[in-house]
Order: sequence, then structure tokens, then C-alpha cells
Amino acid sequence: MTRLGESSMKVRELADKLELEVISGPFEKEINGVYIGDLLSNVMAKAAAGNLWITVHGHVNVVAVASLTQVAAVIVVEDFPIESAAVQKAQTNQVTILRTPLTAVDLLRKLIELGV
Amino acid sequence: MQEQTLLQSKIEQGDFTRGGEVSSSLKDVLRKLGIKSETSRRVTIVTYELEMNIIIHSLGGEIEVLISSEQIKVVATDRGPGIPDVEKAFQPGFSTADDFVRGMGFGAGMGLNNIKHYSDQLTVETGQGKKSKFTAIICL
Repeated sequence: MTRLGESSMKVRELADKLELEVISGPFEKEINGVYIGDLLSNVMAKAAAGNLWITVHGHVNVVAVASLTQVAAVIVVEDFPIESAAVQKAQTNQVTILRTPLTAVDLLRKLIELGV
Repeated sequence: MQEQTLLQSKIEQGDFTRGGEVSSSLKDVLRKLGIKSETSRRVTIVTYELEMNIIIHSLGGEIEVLISSEQIKVVATDRGPGIPDVEKAFQPGFSTADDFVRGMGFGAGMGLNNIKHYSDQLTVETGQGKKSKFTAIICL
């Protein structure tokens, strides 16, 4: 049995399995858990390096927070728009952004099934 | 106790595009200096919140980060307009941020608490219509 946070899955494998839209790379980072949140101060304080960060935000400050917290990837849910400035900054700063039409809850269900 | 400036940067009011750049540069500097990751994380969180506070709430200002053998000091100064009631400003959830800022995931009244929580010592000099100065110390 796999438990939450015990997987050693890489971002690329996850993106393939869940058919996530790829916005920016890299994809070789290992995933070690999940943090869900849209309040950036909370994310700064609580997201750990290597986490997947699930959010509705697609603006440029998400890239700064993702870079500072060293999350493995940002997953923007419900197909929320992602600013072109954010994509550009993500590419420059090597911040991985993925996107899905799923809600945060539905995405989390799938992540648990995968043992992430 | 001899202090050395690690970083000094001007920050403009409302410059969300560059939000987090000071903290990101600082993080790189701390890594190169071999500062342990938990300390670096605390300094980075404090700096990020101070940086965003200047962008969101002030008329612009600057951040200076200094290091000595015992501590890292983050000094954020702005050109006003000052905090009329500091005690109230530190209440979790209290915020004067507008809807635009809140819509971006800021201004939920948690930033100042984060600064206090991750600092070993914090002093605030401010008042209605005055410049504000935050001095946060994180021990090494």
C-alpha cells in the first residue's frame, strides 16, 4: 500500500498519467507531497520543497512563491488563465507549471490514487 | 559586532511583476554563503513578506539585508503612509488590502504574523502619516 507523500514519482510521469497540460518545465523533479492553497503567505509558510502546489492562481507572483518554496511543480486547476508574463518568468526561473480542468478536490483524489 | 550588507534593493509601490525578486536574489546569496536551509527559509519568508508589504501597502521603499557572525538583519523602510494602529495590523486576518490585491492571494492579514513568527526579534517604527521601518532579526 502506498501512502500520501511516500511516492518518488517525477513530475513528468505525473503529467503523463493525469494528462496535465504542460505550461513550463523542467519535469525531472521528484514529488514528495502536496500543498493546496491560494493565500500566498500561507503557501510561503507551509509548502515544502518538492511538494506539488495546487492553486487557482496563474499570475506572475505564483512563480516567485514557487521558486522560493522550491515546490516540484505548480498545478493550476479548473483551467484558470495563466498570464503570459507568468509563463515567461517560469521559463526563466525553471519553475514548472502544469494545468488541468479538474477541481482541486478531484485532482487530489487522483493524486491519492497514484500514491503521491 | 561587525555587519556586512548582503543586499540592498529599492522597491516600487504596486510593482507586483517584480514581487519576490529581492527574496529570490537573497536566497541565492544565502545558499552561496552556506547558510543552513532552515535559517535561509526563515529569512526568505520574512523578506518576501516585507517586500510584498512595501509593494502592496506603501508608497515605495527599500530593503537592506545585513549579516554578522551572529545574525541576519532584514530592514524594510518605506516612504509612508504609515500604520495608524500597529497592534490591530498584527491581528491575524486584519487587512486593509483592496479586492484586486486579495484576488491575487495577498492581503489576507497573515503577512505581518508570518514576519513575527519567523523572526527572533522584530521592531516596528511607524505611525499615521509617517514612514515605516521594520527591523527583523533572525539568529544564525
